Amino acid sequence: MAADYVDWLRREGRIVIVGASLAGLRAAETLREEGFTGSLTLIGDEPYDPYDRPPLSKSVLLGKASPRHTELPRRRHLDAEWRLGVPAAGLDLTGKRVLLADGEEVEYDRLLIATGVRARPWPVAEEAELDGVFVLRTRDDAVALTERLRAGAKRVVVIGAGFAGSEVASACREMGMEVTVAERAGAPLVGALGGVVGAVAADLQLENGVDLRTHVTVTALEGDPMGRVRSVHLSDESVVEADVVVVSLGSLRNTEWLTGSGLGAGPRGIASDAGCRAFDFRGIVTDDVFVAGDVARSPHALFGYQFLSLEHWGNAVAQAETAAHNMICPASDRRPHMWMPAFWSSQFGVNIKSVGVPPMGDELMIIQGSTAERRFVGVYGYKGRIVAGVTFDNARWLEYCQRQIEQGAPFPVEYPTMDRRPEGRKAVPADFPDPALPTHGPTVTLSGYSPADRRLVFTPGHH
Amino acid sequence: MTEPSLVARITDFANRADPYPLYAELRRTPVLHEEADAPYVISSYWDIESLLHDPRISSDAANLAAAGADELNQAENTGLPPSFIRLDPPEHDRLRRIANSAFGPPHEPRRIDDMRDELHRIVAELIDGLAGETEIDLVDQFAYPFPVTVICRLLGVPREDEPRFRSWVDPLVASLDPETRQGADPEFVRKAQEARTQLGMYLAGLVEERAKDPRDDMLSDLAAGKGPDGAMTMMEVLSTAVLLLIAGHETTVNLIANGMLTLLRHPEYLRRLREEPELAVNIVEELLRYEPPVQLVPQRTCITDIEVRGVTIPKGSRIWLMLAAGNRDPERFKDPDRFDPDRDDLQHLGFGSGIHSCFGAPMARLEAQIALAELARRLENPRLVADPPPYRPNAVLRGPRHLPLAIDGVVA
Repeated sequence: MAADYVDWLRREGRIVIVGASLAGLRAAETLREEGFTGSLTLIGDEPYDPYDRPPLSKSVLLGKASPRHTELPRRRHLDAEWRLGVPAAGLDLTGKRVLLADGEEVEYDRLLIATGVRARPWPVAEEAELDGVFVLRTRDDAVALTERLRAGAKRVVVIGAGFAGSEVASACREMGMEVTVAERAGAPLVGALGGVVGAVAADLQLENGVDLRTHVTVTALEGDPMGRVRSVHLSDESVVEADVVVVSLGSLRNTEWLTGSGLGAGPRGIASDAGCRAFDFRGIVTDDVFVAGDVARSPHALFGYQFLSLEHWGNAVAQAETAAHNMICPASDRRPHMWMPAFWSSQFGVNIKSVGVPPMGDELMIIQGSTAERRFVGVYGYKGRIVAGVTFDNARWLEYCQRQIEQGAPFPVEYPTMDRRPEGRKAVPADFPDPALPTHGPTVTLSGYSPADRRLVFTPGHH
Repeated sequence: MTEPSLVARITDFANRADPYPLYAELRRTPVLHEEADAPYVISSYWDIESLLHDPRISSDAANLAAAGADELNQAENTGLPPSFIRLDPPEHDRLRRIANSAFGPPHEPRRIDDMRDELHRIVAELIDGLAGETEIDLVDQFAYPFPVTVICRLLGVPREDEPRFRSWVDPLVASLDPETRQGADPEFVRKAQEARTQLGMYLAGLVEERAKDPRDDMLSDLAAGKGPDGAMTMMEVLSTAVLLLIAGHETTVNLIANGMLTLLRHPEYLRRLREEPELAVNIVEELLRYEPPVQLVPQRTCITDIEVRGVTIPKGSRIWLMLAAGNRDPERFKDPDRFDPDRDDLQHLGFGSGIHSCFGAPMARLEAQIALAELARRLENPRLVADPPPYRPNAVLRGPRHLPLAIDGVVA
């Protein structure tokens, strides 16, 4: 019976993918690769073919690549129906239909949700609308920001020193602009890598001429009478002039369209089991709805089965492939999504890479190189084992860190390694900020709820 | 009479033409340690790959000397400091970064790609030179002179000096071979040391010239030391230049010769390459898996006890990483003994991995791609005269000493 259904689904079923970016595209390709011959529909809110985002904050800003030409390479011909430029507006789980913003409906037999995240906008709407205020997430964002920078911007303020904000600051400095970075925490990258590594990132910015302001928040963006941004007011009562402001405050998960659908979707993403099957709001796994990419949140065996949300390029690909595989195979052939979290960044001429889940670690050891030279390998420890690794200009050792995490290797690291310096012989607190304090947001979100969100009330059911 | 040890059989010349059955035997004991002073031999893909990234494994010539039985280190004991291939971080990193800034991105992003036309020209000239012959030695007439000419151009060494440094390079390369090293008599070691010294002095002359009168070549860049890490010392420049000169051609010769031999044994791919020259990219990658020029890495030791597959390798032990055995590990590759440039999983350990992964890989790839595509296109009806061909003695840098081919002519 169940096997018959899978056979039928593979042959002539209807699969709909909401989200036409990296995860959506790779899932569609995997479905075809694995022999799905039914109808395939991809729905995307942007009018463009799936494109690659990492270049937008690096080579595109520097003018080394055009924002209009970062299309993702295709692995194969898809034979799919594309509904681009129309966001999904709702989901009818019982009727198995996706509702589109233009009023149309698309029926499915199996659904994959890969709607990703969007940039968190500046919270004060009239200030966000000032001319010269940008976010950077989409191709359109990159076109607009690049054109403005090219048009002779001189003073740029970046709000938020996470990876994206730091990359923007790096590119702007390389182009010779004056750059101020305002960060609520004590250093750049602290949400993702902690205060010890953040201090290295801070030195890097200062040495490259960034006017780095930490422990401050932006209280207001001020415009001139023409509606152009003129200055940025900080919580230490200083005022910084600016002709461009880049708001880089992390991201929001695109789940609003699922409100009321009954799916377990909210501000922290869509929860799923390890096989990418979405949970409904009661915590019961669905049979026909799958999730992948930045919007997904799934348990990971290597990290205590915490529900991880990963905004990582590689995760989007791997999760899409797993989800697609599981969508069209018998239950016994399903496989878990077990991708090792990993990301990279390039800023101020330094290559930064990480594996595992640094914010889970409470201690850090520099096991090779030195933070003073900004070339090092660090490992993060939690409860006596290694849970993450980070490298600055030392990426070729990262694979070793990954193996150590996979093997649950002990922390602290007692044995000698090549190029170990005195500072690497002891573990130090990794110095992550209190998770209840919002920062620009790590690229890994541990667990499903925000510790800052204290509205959760447990109400036992009554019959 | 006892059976010779596996290690002895690896280095035994009798097994040179086809060492792969021996490697399969090796893989049955993934961590092989036959006797007290013998190396620990690692032969499966994942183990090798993981040790190449392990910060407890040293390449430092001094650690190797302490581990004993490293005649190569004596051969390098010539007043020239060890080249970066025989150093650990941070010194390795500094020297490799400086050398790299003269070689490729970000400082010289187009240096290799800009040589494309020149490589085509050199290949064309060499093949033109074969016109009118019916039997050729592909090694002496093509596979050797091509990369030598290229590395000379790249470094800025006058091509006409080749016969001089040839007489220095040969004993040096021979000293890389574990068998000849173990059988090394003092005279042999002395000759290798002398060769290195002479080559170093010869290059010192060139570097001095380039320092005064820089040109667009790597010796000029190394002498100038423009990168963020500053300059190398004169002695470091010489060690690096010796390394690049030797590594820059002794491996590519084998890649091209092994490549042509393999294609002639798999004529369907030779035919396809003639029609689709872009297939050269896949063919070269698969060759690096199937017949890698560097068969093993014998210069590693561990700086602490390490465990591999349940076996504890004690601190200070010598470790041999059998790249060519890993490349044919059935745990890693489907149908590993089949030459299949169409496989979708074109991976290999042919260039090593980790911080010592082949510095010249972009150059070697491009040279081999152009060479094989042009040979396939222009040689008329090439046939192997001897199969297997005569091999060079070296077990580390393995390849045919001669590759006699019969041809009907050369296409324009």
